[in-house]
Amino acid sequence: MPEAAAPVLDVQGLKTVFKTRGGEVHAVNDVSFSLRPGELLGVVGESGSGKSVTMMSLLGLLPSPPAEIRHGCVMFDGKDLLQVKPRTLRAVRGGEIGFVFQDPMTSLNPVYTVGMQIMEPLRKHMGLSKRAAATRARELLELVGIPDAQRRLDDYPHQFSGGMRQRVMIAIALACDPKVLIADEPTTALDVTIQAQILDLMLGLREKLGMAVIWITHDLGVIAGIADRVLVMYGGQIVEHAPVGDLFRDPQHPYTRALLKTIPTISGERAKRLTVIEGQPPLMTEAPNACPFRARCDVAFDRCAVENPPRYPVGPGHDAACFYNARTKGPRDA
Amino acid sequence: MLDQTVKPLVRVRDLKMHFPIHAGLLRRRVGEVKAVDGVSFDVMEGETLGLVGESGCGKSTCGRALLRLYDITSGDITIDGHNIATMSQNKLRPLRPTMQMVFQDPQASLNPRMTVEAIIREPLDEHTSLSAEEKRDKVAALMDAVGLNRKFAKRYPHAFSGGQRQRIGIARALALNPKFIVCDEPIAALDVSIQAQVVNLLEDLQEQFGLTYLFISHDLSMVRHIATRVAVMYLGKIAELAPREALYRDPLHPYTKALLSAVPEPDPDLARSTERVILKGDVPSPSNPPKGCNFCTRCPAVMDICKQIDPEYRQVQPGRFVACHLFNETTTTAG
Repeated sequence: MPEAAAPVLDVQGLKTVFKTRGGEVHAVNDVSFSLRPGELLGVVGESGSGKSVTMMSLLGLLPSPPAEIRHGCVMFDGKDLLQVKPRTLRAVRGGEIGFVFQDPMTSLNPVYTVGMQIMEPLRKHMGLSKRAAATRARELLELVGIPDAQRRLDDYPHQFSGGMRQRVMIAIALACDPKVLIADEPTTALDVTIQAQILDLMLGLREKLGMAVIWITHDLGVIAGIADRVLVMYGGQIVEHAPVGDLFRDPQHPYTRALLKTIPTISGERAKRLTVIEGQPPLMTEAPNACPFRARCDVAFDRCAVENPPRYPVGPGHDAACFYNARTKGPRDA
Repeated sequence: MLDQTVKPLVRVRDLKMHFPIHAGLLRRRVGEVKAVDGVSFDVMEGETLGLVGESGCGKSTCGRALLRLYDITSGDITIDGHNIATMSQNKLRPLRPTMQMVFQDPQASLNPRMTVEAIIREPLDEHTSLSAEEKRDKVAALMDAVGLNRKFAKRYPHAFSGGQRQRIGIARALALNPKFIVCDEPIAALDVSIQAQVVNLLEDLQEQFGLTYLFISHDLSMVRHIATRVAVMYLGKIAELAPREALYRDPLHPYTKALLSAVPEPDPDLARSTERVILKGDVPSPSNPPKGCNFCTRCPAVMDICKQIDPEYRQVQPGRFVACHLFNETTTTAG
């Protein structure tokens, strides 16, 4: 990975709040990260940790109200996506930034043929003629490994299996040669053998097309196999950020460490008993003035309840938002 | 672990569950979905049999058919000495307390209009003649056993998180002191950090009450943790059944091999160095399974015979059952 290259996407201090009758929900709180050209950035977290909302906020996909983006800037191609006009944003979405959603059945339109849905961004964003778009659509289906592509362009989504539909979604996202592809749990709804096919396909495509990818998942196994760098999210915040090898070898945040211990594996030592992270995920209605993990943390102390830890650097390209220093086994200095 | 004197609590022989497909104006029967197509296995007393497979392979149908939640097409099911395969639902009712089920979706399997107490008490109302006070004590004891705060007995399911709701479902299944519980993907809808809590609870309860589980799951790593023996299903049939260690160390059936190699391991070095077996294509439709072996369309080690003759499900090593022509004595072990 080119370390020094300027990031293609740079997010600073993003904060998204949902206004509900029960008060404000702090879904994303001060999230900053950058994406370098050609890299695969993994984002892991449990449901409700804010990973999807982060990505939807930066593309302006959240309905407002109830969502409100309080702060932040999202620099892409010299523009702040949070400030530009809706028209400009529409040109970026589906054009230079592609998006693949979790559930391929609900994100494809059931009453249009797959061919039309792939051609739509080609005609809208790239201004291709109908014929050119049809040719390109066929190439795209071939690229994502759908056999008999020409004939299948005229099929409807329900005629495809889950794995094939996800390939169609990827083809649509790739239609306009995006610089950035955001994939939100793209394999979660699929079986493991189909997931293996899609992961293999994505790695091949990234190599071939050289785009940067943000891969959102809750599955640490998937992350281990494909990511270059990883963001771990918890309670709407980034709690740890590390190159993939360091994250698994030397996790610094108590949540990451607990998470890695709690998942069973199919090889290696079989644990007699699973390690449990006690308690429940946090309610996001509280103002984020304390560490979101403190109630379930085994090393929490007084400071964690009154102050939200910033991200402390703990190694090259590695930071963790925790007042406890796992290496010295004591509190970090203020 | 599993000593030879243990007797089977559940015996299933050649279980078939076919669902008819009706089509046309007259709703004529035009075919059938062979969801479970000739499955045989035993579940030993006190063990956990893991049943794994991809979606649509028939594992949930198998679990439900086994408890006679369906009227099965054919086959024999013996649970705790009773042959229940063709028993009428009326005769089955007094036997229900011994066999219970924990469902996948704790949101859908709990009545939103009943309090937690009422949900857990319902089996007691139906099957026992305890006094109101005895029932209340029993409910409180069950809530303690599954780690729910007694104070929440009057609350409704929506007030609980996914993991807690699954605990309510488990308490309900335990109410009648069952011997055998079918757990149908009990952790699939839960977050990773909550899954471990529920699995540990199931293990504790097994020890405490001497339960026998059929644990249905698509999560191979969790099954490795909880199961004593593991059965792998593909398209309505069992491809392989083996003790846990043997299956994960040395899978025999090509499908088991592919399935295990597809599981993403949370270790970057391992994940990048191991060569994966990537299966081509999708699972065929169970209404129109291929001729011969049902895995022959995707099998990396397919032979001519596989496309003609359905392999017999047989014991190839002590305690290990496989349905694959690679393990026929007549054919040499090619590939």
